[in-house]
Amino acid sequence: MAVISPSGTRESPGTPDTPKQSTRGSRFRGRGRRWIPYAFLLPALALEVIVHFVPIVLGVAMSGLRVTQYQISHWWEAPFSGLGNFRIVLDFDGPTGKALAQSFFVTLGFTAVVLSGAWIVGMAAALALQRAFRGRGLLRTLFLVPYALPAYTAVITWRFIFQRDNGMLNHLLGQLGLIDSNPFWLIGHNAFWAECVVAIWRMWPFAFLILMAGMQAIPGEVYEASSIDGAGPWRQLQMITLPLLSSVNKVLVLVMFLHTFNDFSTPYILFGGSAPPAGDLISVHIYQSSFATWNFGLGSAMSVLLLLFLALVSACYLAFTRRTGHES
Amino acid sequence: MNHDTPGYRLFRYVTLTLLSVFVLAPLYVMLASSLKTLPDVQGEFTWFPSSPTFQSFIDIWHTVPLAQYFVNSLIVAVSATVLSVLVAVFASYALSRWTFPGSGSFKSAVLATQMFPGILFLLPLYLLFVYADQNLGTDLVGTRTGLIVTYLTFSLPFAVWMLVGYFDTVPRDLDEAAKVDGAGPLRTLLQIIVPAATPGIVAVCIYAFMTAWGEVLFASVLTDEQSRTLAVGLQAYSTEANVYWNQVMAASLVVSVPVVAGFLLLQRFLITGFTAGAVK
Amino acid sequence: MQRRTRAVALAAAAMLAGAGVTACGGSSSSASGDKTITYWATNQSTSLDADKKILQPEIDKFTQQTGVKVKLEVIPSADLLNRILAATTSGKGPDVLNIGNTWSASLQATGAFVAWDKELLAKVGGESRFLPAALKSTGATGKDPASLPLYTSSYELFYNKKLFKAANITSPPKTWSEFVADARKLTKDTNSDGKTDQWGLGLQGASSSFAAHFAFILGTQHGAEVFDGHTPKFDDTGMVDGIDQWLSWIGKDGIVNPSDAEMTDKVALLQNFASGKAGMILAQSSTGLTLGQYKMTTADYGVVPVPAQDPAVAGGKDIGSFVGGINVAIFKNTGNLDGSTQFVKFLTSAKEQVYLNKTYGTLPSVTDAKDPAFDTSTLAVARQTLDSRAVPLPQIAEESQFETLVGQAMSSFAAQTATGKQPGKARIKSEMTAADQKLEAGN
Repeated sequence: MAVISPSGTRESPGTPDTPKQSTRGSRFRGRGRRWIPYAFLLPALALEVIVHFVPIVLGVAMSGLRVTQYQISHWWEAPFSGLGNFRIVLDFDGPTGKALAQSFFVTLGFTAVVLSGAWIVGMAAALALQRAFRGRGLLRTLFLVPYALPAYTAVITWRFIFQRDNGMLNHLLGQLGLIDSNPFWLIGHNAFWAECVVAIWRMWPFAFLILMAGMQAIPGEVYEASSIDGAGPWRQLQMITLPLLSSVNKVLVLVMFLHTFNDFSTPYILFGGSAPPAGDLISVHIYQSSFATWNFGLGSAMSVLLLLFLALVSACYLAFTRRTGHES
Repeated sequence: MNHDTPGYRLFRYVTLTLLSVFVLAPLYVMLASSLKTLPDVQGEFTWFPSSPTFQSFIDIWHTVPLAQYFVNSLIVAVSATVLSVLVAVFASYALSRWTFPGSGSFKSAVLATQMFPGILFLLPLYLLFVYADQNLGTDLVGTRTGLIVTYLTFSLPFAVWMLVGYFDTVPRDLDEAAKVDGAGPLRTLLQIIVPAATPGIVAVCIYAFMTAWGEVLFASVLTDEQSRTLAVGLQAYSTEANVYWNQVMAASLVVSVPVVAGFLLLQRFLITGFTAGAVK
Repeated sequence: MQRRTRAVALAAAAMLAGAGVTACGGSSSSASGDKTITYWATNQSTSLDADKKILQPEIDKFTQQTGVKVKLEVIPSADLLNRILAATTSGKGPDVLNIGNTWSASLQATGAFVAWDKELLAKVGGESRFLPAALKSTGATGKDPASLPLYTSSYELFYNKKLFKAANITSPPKTWSEFVADARKLTKDTNSDGKTDQWGLGLQGASSSFAAHFAFILGTQHGAEVFDGHTPKFDDTGMVDGIDQWLSWIGKDGIVNPSDAEMTDKVALLQNFASGKAGMILAQSSTGLTLGQYKMTTADYGVVPVPAQDPAVAGGKDIGSFVGGINVAIFKNTGNLDGSTQFVKFLTSAKEQVYLNKTYGTLPSVTDAKDPAFDTSTLAVARQTLDSRAVPLPQIAEESQFETLVGQAMSSFAAQTATGKQPGKARIKSEMTAADQKLEAGN
């Protein structure tokens, strides 16, 4: 059976890249205009260098300096500390390193919950809306609303809902008779789950949108053929939908992972500046240890470590998905 | 295809009901709160306003310069989207149709920017903008231009990855046919590839728009009073002396309506886009 | 590839060097010949718009008098630190700006503000015009002030007269033991549904700056010195005792609604006070004016100084507040120092001081601003406190870190107390030692 890629080009499963490569190389080469692809690429390249790479280099440079409020207006003259900042940040017995490590693990847990939650919910919604029925368009629009709200709007509404005494959630739980005394949602251990719910609420429509787009691209004939073979919806999900979505998923999961791990708006707005320990995500943690306490050198060192971690995970992920992609 | 099994129907019913409640609950809170008076909304939660009033929908416009923030957000998000997609289309076309030295590393490098923590390059980027303003005569700090440039690169990596994927699936026979007709690369891109990849481009547009629409951290540093966007400006309803919850909710609703309406329109376009893709 | 990376790094370094030079020279050249100055005001009143309506007519008067145009921007408090940092880092910022006075020394250390030496001070009427107490919170001791006081305030104890009467409390508390005893009488279940719905005290447990203020006030009462020179002493016994006392209000004493542990803003606090859910609050002077918004007048609430330790702690200082308020500073990169100085002179002139402080419910920071409006009970208590029972927060660069580190730790303690168990003194001490180390690691 031929495997079909998202937009319907047929390719043999074993060698997905070979036909492309051979045609690709020779496409316009005959005209001797080798500069064309570079010209097409140039705007993107220039913007990336200016907005991303140069600042990142500066950021890395800052991580090697002891930048505090004394030097902030002329920080490049700050005393050089070499790996000093990293030593402090990575000393997990010291309070700074310990707090960072804790925040890191909270972020890991948060990312795991939000990523899987958003993907499962998005997938379920995409599947439920896969076939036409009355009201499908309406629901599709409704489901995209959380994504259309500005971050502040969405999160502040949840904050309003999660208030202990005057919030909707405790009011509802009380009316349903599920609680005796009002639990806290914005402080203590529950803060973690509150934060996850908000992040999933904001993130899942994105997964839904991308998965829905991916599913739309799977031709109906494929399903019809398998229906004739007697396959039910669940089997179709396993045999057709999921495999054909794998290339979409590959990028989707990575992008959602990076977004969730770097999430700043959710904890910052939900908890009003600094997050409780149970919900202390790494972005806000770094913000608090650099902007709020004027330690830009330490903050940069923490960010560089974060960057290295994300780079490592992404590289492993890409290597892994590439390999499995070739095997399947 | 056309006869759904009972199991699927049950799944659909349960999923859609639960999700609708999940999505609607905060929206309902927003609506109900926006219709409450300030003391009402600040007290214990009630499902319905005790004396519904539209006053907050009037007040929002002068408590903060909402209209201006809204216009700023719209200009920034739309410009960032258009430019980002334009830049991405060209880059993706090059990456999809040519192999050349550096194409692989460019792809990885672009993806790598996705993992740059914003907190690490916020300050350096700001410094860079200041430098450019003072030495190159640009006007990037405290202006919408600076935000547009920043946001368009935020969505660029994902846009390029999505579009390379889509362009790869547009059959190369179409390129060949265009080439035989005497079309150069630019014409091929605009007349053949772009129309064929419309669904992907629309999806990328939505992504780019939303990325720019809600961003808080950079906007809070890069804007001033004149260029402040909604994401930051809405926070002004909470002041030292009061938090105007009813107005926050009313303003949230008001600014969301055009975006949701945009989604509605685009959705139709999305569907036709997909249909066109399937017919081909 | 490696060579290319190095080239990028070099280019970046070159750009930086350039940025450095121009950051210092750039804006002064741009502003020459341009008379307009930019003023960043802090959000003091009910909304940004209200602040603009208060300030703009005054600014227009100033422009009329001097010909200097002023571009006003009211900065929301959530944005203020980011904006100041960005301005400081880049040298591109306002000409004149407001800051919280407790940040004076910290911001002074950035070198971003013009120092008020004798000569410059003379242009605004000289040092002697200003309240001596308010002048103590304008920058590091021994250095020329980096900012000048604009609005002055102190912490006070506000109590609900009706609730006090109902609980048969005849005179408001003067000591903390009376305070807790009174608060216990006020804490009760008024509608007999088995749940306490009226509490003795309301507080903003999740506001780290509020918490840090009380670490300072109570700690000082217990004999703590927050810093020894520049060395943090957050784990000093007096400080631990002070924090423990604060926590006990929520925990052991049970006079605070545990819900207050998640409260970040003052608004909810005032609502609870106005609606009779909290019998007392500890808040700064301007609260008197804000309470008017909640239909509360001096007939409904009374104001007394913050209570004292009872018995007095050996080595402790009897203070009721630190010197609170908002200062005004001139940004070093101003292209119009003269215009900026004139503007500060205008803002600190007797007439404007009367008008602005009256509007914001604070005390004037100059001695020659007199008006019957400042004779309210709230401001009388503030004046009394500032005269005899107030010390400035430590005027060193590390002060802002004290507020952040200690304040956050306290909010976290408050959360633990509300959701479980009140942390013991040993626990407080170890966290404070960690805060000391965090501060020292960064410096």
